[in-house]
Amino acid sequence: MSKFWIIMSHTYMSRIKTKSFIISTLITLLFIVAATNFQTIIDAFSDGENDQFAVIDESGELYEPLQQGIQAANEEIDVSLFDGTEEAAKDAVQDEEYQALLVLSLNENGLPEGNYYANNISDSGNQTFIQQQMQQIKVAYATQQQGVDQSTLAEISAPVTFNTEALDTSAKTDEELSQARGIVYVMLFLLYMAVITYGNMIATDVATEKSSRVMEILVSSAPPVTHMFAKIIGIALLGLTQVILFLGVGYAMIQANQDNMTGGFFSVFGLGDVSISVYIYAIVFFVLGYLLYATLAAMLGSLVSRIEDVHQLIMPMIFLIMIAFFIAIFGLNAPESELIKITSFIPFFSPMIMFLRVGMLDIPIWEVALSIGILVGTIALLAIIGARVYKGGVLMYGKSSSLKDFKKALALSKKE
Amino acid sequence: MTLVLKNVTKQFGSHKAVDNLSLEIPESEMFGFLGGNGAGKTTTFRMILGLLDRTDGEISWNGERINYGKSHLIGYLPEERGLYPKLTVKEQLIYLGKLRGMNKSGVVKELESWLERFKVPEYMNKKVEELSKGNQQKIQFISAIIHKPKLLILDEPFSGLDPVNVEMLKEAVVDLKEKGTSIVFSSHRMEHVEELCEHLCILHKGKPVVQGSLRDIKRSFGRKNLIIRGDEDFAFLKDHPGVVSYKKYMDGCTIQIENEDVSQTIFSALQGKGFIRKFELEEPSLNDIFIEKVGASYE
Repeated sequence: MSKFWIIMSHTYMSRIKTKSFIISTLITLLFIVAATNFQTIIDAFSDGENDQFAVIDESGELYEPLQQGIQAANEEIDVSLFDGTEEAAKDAVQDEEYQALLVLSLNENGLPEGNYYANNISDSGNQTFIQQQMQQIKVAYATQQQGVDQSTLAEISAPVTFNTEALDTSAKTDEELSQARGIVYVMLFLLYMAVITYGNMIATDVATEKSSRVMEILVSSAPPVTHMFAKIIGIALLGLTQVILFLGVGYAMIQANQDNMTGGFFSVFGLGDVSISVYIYAIVFFVLGYLLYATLAAMLGSLVSRIEDVHQLIMPMIFLIMIAFFIAIFGLNAPESELIKITSFIPFFSPMIMFLRVGMLDIPIWEVALSIGILVGTIALLAIIGARVYKGGVLMYGKSSSLKDFKKALALSKKE
Repeated sequence: MTLVLKNVTKQFGSHKAVDNLSLEIPESEMFGFLGGNGAGKTTTFRMILGLLDRTDGEISWNGERINYGKSHLIGYLPEERGLYPKLTVKEQLIYLGKLRGMNKSGVVKELESWLERFKVPEYMNKKVEELSKGNQQKIQFISAIIHKPKLLILDEPFSGLDPVNVEMLKEAVVDLKEKGTSIVFSSHRMEHVEELCEHLCILHKGKPVVQGSLRDIKRSFGRKNLIIRGDEDFAFLKDHPGVVSYKKYMDGCTIQIENEDVSQTIFSALQGKGFIRKFELEEPSLNDIFIEKVGASYE
């Protein structure tokens, strides 16, 4: 068995057995189950009874259209005419027989008016809804007064016809763009999470070995470079395990709850028809992005001598991925901007941003190749420097953790 | 299997940690490395192991460079002890043993016999953080030798251990030597080096100040100790020709003299100076040599 394999499987096995890993995985799984069963859970908590609203109609003609409008738009609100005085109705609201009291009347211009009485007016959802319904009635009354007939009104309020079509035949259609945006968004988010979670894990793991001083034995039995990359790949496998688990459970849950999944999220992020090359690019950029940041994390981890310092030192890396993420989010709506074009060649941003461009636009292959080339080159460079720093860093103990240490670690491993 | 260091130098910036060190460590011998803190012992070990690149000079073992391909032949106990605190002794040694080219069952078998020998068989499945520091050190020692290395480097192997455990580890080290392992070990406990090593080297500020076989070093040092016990005041001996140093005790004095002959003139000078209970000529201890050569008081 090669040493790479021994270190990798040790990293994987010892991590997967830790309580923190098991607990965080279980919590996330629970969250996934909860999210996919959202509708069922909401249904279980609501009592199934509709909100009751009392209405006193002083005009004698407004109740009928309002009731019809409400019934048509929202099944969960019941309105009924209150038989009695306004005072009695308010008492009934206070006794919580009704959610609220609505007093309808016509003003001096013959237009509808409403007064809404409730124990508290914090539930703005129902208020707004009723207000909207009344607005429609008011528009109907007002236009009628002006002699506009219903069909003219309908024409006025109908939405404008607005079609978009790309003239460039190779450009993505609206539908394709929406799907591309979906997969780009998912990939950005996954990479962002992976770098933060697993990057942190790598740095912590290295720092743990260093602070417990077991590192000197390790680097005397296996080359630091082997050690570093075995660690990076070991953690990557761990992440893969976690992601497969999440996706598996998520998929099973979605299958089981398909009836409840209405429109919204899942249709926006419909990933069905995206071309296979986009998936391949997603994997390539994800792997390269992970490798780049993981190498950086391992290098940073090797510089600290106490675990407490890891977070401090890893901060710049987190900022880097955050900046990349925010530029990419901006780029989702403006993929052709100069900023996006330039940053898609800068190594620490390119995994996210070049993928965004590949996914959303139709860009020449040489640009992609160049970006990947720069990325691979940077990874190689970082691996060489990283291995150097790692070799020196693991033998270096001290309080501070700064750029000076970086130089010191390099010097320590240097042949003079 | 001879380990040869030829004119080895290590420079950190403007500071020379090891300066022109040449050594030869013969097969199945124990070689002692002495020196104060910061004398360059650990740096030398790290260069031998290839953890640090040397600035100048050659290091070879059996005519070849030491690299990771030979790590299964080499055992190393670093000065800074460290094991995974959360892993059990067994998990720990399986991992470290595998990295030194062993397989799992081989590690378990060896580990069992070593734990038995160190009278701690119950630690097999205990987490390292639950063990006392001394016991952690035993485990660390086992991790350095479990793969039966041909070359063993021990950096301060006995520090922090009680006398019983020191004896236990010493026996184990001697056993290994007799089975053919070449051992290099550093210590600032002179008596351990005196007891165990045929050859030694005293480093001071990166420079070897004394090196060779223990017997030759003592012989060439020349000076002897003279122990005199009696009720008189022997202070007048301070000015006696050939006396290097004088140390007063409650019941007499101990004098360092230039050579054996001086003892005879002192002996005559003491005639008629009252009752002498003890007059003894003694070989210099390594401690004396160390203090003389390094010039610092140590232990």
